[in-house]
Amino acid sequence: MSELADILSSARNAVAGAADAAALEDVRVKYLGKKGELTGLLKSLGKLPAEERPAAGAEINKAKDIVQQEIAARKDELEQASLGDRLKSETIDVTLPGRNADIGALHPVTQVLRRMEDFFIGVGYEVVEGPEIEDDYHNFEALNLPEHHPARAMHDTFYFNPEILLRTHTSPVQVRVMESRQPPIRIVCPGRVYRVDPPDPSHLPMFHQLEGLVIDRNISFADLKGTVIEFLRVFFEKEDLEVRFRPSYFPFTEPSAEVDVQCVHCSGAGCRVCSHTGWLEVMGSGMVHPRVLQYSGIDPEEFTGFAFGMGPDRLAMLRYGVDDLRHYLDNDLRFLGQFK
Amino acid sequence: MKFSEQWLREYVDPPLSTQELVDQLTMAGLEVDGFEPVAAKFSDVIVGEILSVEQHPDADKLVVCTVSNGEEALQVVCGAPNARAGIKVPFAQVGATFPDLKIKKARLRGVESNGMLCSERELGISDSHEGLMELPADAPVGTNIIEYLHLQDAVIDLDLTPNRSDCLSMIGLARETGLMNGMDVKPFAGQPIEPTIEDSFPVELVSADGCPRFVGRVIRDIDQDAVSPLWMKEKLRRAGLRSIDPVVDVTNYVMLELGQPLHAYDLAKLTGKIMVRFSAQGEKLTLLDGSEVETHADTLLITDESGPIGLAGVMGGLSTSVTAGTRDIFLEGAYFAPTAIAGRARSYGMSTDAAHRFERGVDWEGQVRAIERATELLLAIAGGQPGPTIETVDSHELPTEQTVELRASRITRMLGIEIDPVMVGDILSRLGFHAMEMEEDDELTWEVSAPSHRFDIQIEADLVEEISRVYGYNNLPVRTPETRLSMAPRSETQLSLNRLKDQLVARGYFEAVTYSFVDAGLQGTLDPAQEPISLANPLSSEMSVMRTTIWAGLLNSLIYNVNRQQPRVRLFESGLCFSQLPNQAALQFDNISQVKKLAGVSCGARQGENWANDTQAIDFYDIKGDVESLLALTGDPAAFSFAAESHSALHPGQSAAIKKDGEVVGWLGRLDPRIQQTLDIRHPIYLFELNIDSVITKKVAQHAAMSRFPEVRRDIAVIVDESVSASALFSCIEEAADDTLQNLKLFDVYQGKGIDPNRKSLALGLTFQHHSRTLTDDEINSTMESIVSSLVASFGASLRN
Repeated sequence: MSELADILSSARNAVAGAADAAALEDVRVKYLGKKGELTGLLKSLGKLPAEERPAAGAEINKAKDIVQQEIAARKDELEQASLGDRLKSETIDVTLPGRNADIGALHPVTQVLRRMEDFFIGVGYEVVEGPEIEDDYHNFEALNLPEHHPARAMHDTFYFNPEILLRTHTSPVQVRVMESRQPPIRIVCPGRVYRVDPPDPSHLPMFHQLEGLVIDRNISFADLKGTVIEFLRVFFEKEDLEVRFRPSYFPFTEPSAEVDVQCVHCSGAGCRVCSHTGWLEVMGSGMVHPRVLQYSGIDPEEFTGFAFGMGPDRLAMLRYGVDDLRHYLDNDLRFLGQFK
Repeated sequence: MKFSEQWLREYVDPPLSTQELVDQLTMAGLEVDGFEPVAAKFSDVIVGEILSVEQHPDADKLVVCTVSNGEEALQVVCGAPNARAGIKVPFAQVGATFPDLKIKKARLRGVESNGMLCSERELGISDSHEGLMELPADAPVGTNIIEYLHLQDAVIDLDLTPNRSDCLSMIGLARETGLMNGMDVKPFAGQPIEPTIEDSFPVELVSADGCPRFVGRVIRDIDQDAVSPLWMKEKLRRAGLRSIDPVVDVTNYVMLELGQPLHAYDLAKLTGKIMVRFSAQGEKLTLLDGSEVETHADTLLITDESGPIGLAGVMGGLSTSVTAGTRDIFLEGAYFAPTAIAGRARSYGMSTDAAHRFERGVDWEGQVRAIERATELLLAIAGGQPGPTIETVDSHELPTEQTVELRASRITRMLGIEIDPVMVGDILSRLGFHAMEMEEDDELTWEVSAPSHRFDIQIEADLVEEISRVYGYNNLPVRTPETRLSMAPRSETQLSLNRLKDQLVARGYFEAVTYSFVDAGLQGTLDPAQEPISLANPLSSEMSVMRTTIWAGLLNSLIYNVNRQQPRVRLFESGLCFSQLPNQAALQFDNISQVKKLAGVSCGARQGENWANDTQAIDFYDIKGDVESLLALTGDPAAFSFAAESHSALHPGQSAAIKKDGEVVGWLGRLDPRIQQTLDIRHPIYLFELNIDSVITKKVAQHAAMSRFPEVRRDIAVIVDESVSASALFSCIEEAADDTLQNLKLFDVYQGKGIDPNRKSLALGLTFQHHSRTLTDDEINSTMESIVSSLVASFGASLRN
């Protein structure tokens, strides 16, 4: 049987050496084909004595199986290799930029307003908007600012005629809400407001406000302080942000307070942003003046409330380090693109 | 208001640094804008006297002075034009230091100089540098100049709120400082000065509602050549007022000290009697500063027989003014009702210290005292013979002392803390209020009356504010409001504007904010149909009318960016647009339409420049896609249709009205190339604008069963006239098909070779499916046949093979 061993050995070498699918097929034909060497051995079994045939046949078939298996294995190997080559040839530069990935951005003031609104919505406030062309009554009278009140001088007003004007604050929205429903009231009113101020780095004739109003039984100055401090701390993301309340005057609130926060730029050490005071004025607030409640049909003996108002334009300046308010209205894409 | 810190400390001197004092004022509600020292930091400057002056031998512009320092005569070289023998000037001796200078013995052009004679600027007192600062003749030579001029002082600048006019004076600030520090305040002057003559001048209060009290006094034989003392000039200067002459200085000084504005008339120029009355329209008057006014109907006037001689509480008239030659004067100290003065100065384009105080309110019992104080000062400076102080008053028109009830329970309710009643009583008395504690309906209450200078105390809330202010806002408790946990209704049928904006941002748009008032010209071109509402007092003509469309603002922003080399611009904005409802005469609140709109503008490449991107310029269908993606958010895009209609801003062939229920809810299209040309922009510009209210309702989704059976797709290409619209073709197909047509897609539009130039080929993909069985070929063929024959009948369509 040394012949069988030789054939098997050369067949195995041939399988292992077949470089591609065609060469492998040639090997298969050479050994396992109709005229193949192993096939030929089987055919020659007849020459052996009858008693030796079964054993010899089994030996040959075993060799055939081995060769068949090895051909299959080699075939698989060759296929894998060629697939690998193909995939390799399909390699691309994954660092090239992707297709059509450009996005725009919301205006920074909108981003600040949304953030503010979200905090208040989260604790049950409702967002209310109102007209920007207002009448004198809702912008001034109903807020305890009668004609010729000296505080009107703080509101340089755009007029259409003596009765119709551009609102100077969002407070008239609060008046309209108070006129239309009874407490409990928990609202924030965002929107555009207007004052006769030529544009310069710290003034615009059109800017934004967000004012809040809470009216219920037993609402006190303590609730105002709690709400304002909590808001400012979440807004500036500083748990121990120092907040102080300073007596001030607004005709529609009493007591009235200006709210200062520790300068977010220098943490109170004093810098250019806070004019070296360590404090930033960020909000006006107070307890709703009883006359304002009365004007709108709410009984000041039964209900009390607080109100606060702030400027998102200025807060966006502080938050994003914007140095000139006029950027907000230029709509320069190089500016807007910084707020994606 | 500016004032000298040392002046305040003459009356109450708390152990606080300047910084601590201004912090305290700010926290008391009297906001300090800033403070600065009245002089630079220097040392060893004394009062010197120039004994003689000689020309410098080698320099035209220099002189050699001999200066006395009180002990010896020293030689000093000086270049000031006013250097002359006999004057007293600040003298910086050798060894004196300035912020950036040390005085040494020197030789100037060969002549020895032992020090420097100073101007105001060198001392940091003012910017004046024309010559040496000349000191009064009685200045004691050798005295340290800091002590002599009281330069260890700061000017504090207060920004007072309109309710605290009581602090527009030293007496008010001293009271407040005393209150905050628990200290007594030294009494202010103002004792009666006995008359030495009997002269007076008659006064009649015709409009006593405007002027319920007028205190007058004649003073004869004053010396207007007298000079106001240095201390008075300095206090005035530190308050921002210039020294003029004794009469003006004294009236200004008393206003600063006691808060009561005064006016002085030249007695010789007054005729008949003074009458205070409201003006008629069109009365003429020349004021002190030479300006002429013609009155409105509601201005309070001081008049005499000659006519108007002053705008009451604002400014006196020229004809009766005190001048250099005046010998006899008539002093006026009046109480004008704030409502009679408020806004009047402004209405004549004026702003005066007197009007500032009167319109906010002055102490209605302070007039006599102010006249007495002015008399005292004037006699001391300029001599003279005072007549009696004559008070003309209508007590019915004067304010009355208010009694206001303060309930302990109200304090607790408003402030969220129970304040010890003893403390409340103490605070009230420190404020100078008269308070009577009592039990009323089992409730602890105070009956409070405020002194006349605190006329702002009218209601209980005013008292609660005072209590909280003195107690300290920052000592009050902090609490989070307790509230019912009710959920706010939020309808699923409502789409948020935020969602629409986010969609545009995702498609590459940047949000812009533009002015709500625009140039009438550009807007008129874009939207001539609407009459815009005009501002009566615009900042400029470019900001003079309210926008009727957001396009004007967005186009300007687009131009701004294109001019800054931005080839691709996509901007959107949301906000109100304004117009007056048609057929209304006068503008009233109720006939103004304020509609919320969302608009966009786009130009440049379809996608940003990138190796793989489509950098072709955008066309109509890009911006239409943007709009359709917004409408898709409503869940019911089929409710909207696009109709080829013309708009004055848009290209006549590339303009669509967006309609819902037959109403126009928006527009989109290409900017009319003729307008584009006037804007000097090269690229085509595309625009859209939607009424937000019309696109903000959302259809709540309803699930429909999905068929398990196979779907079959058939493609056809039909050739129709160029003018046939896709939407007409679609409706025709949808009508001809049965309900097995599930989907209809237009996948190609072709015009060109092989087709009649006036016709176009549209390639359509139709997908059929039955909900409960498999469709047969025959069924589909028959549906296709009826579709084709309907297209042939309606549009003369032919099939393209």
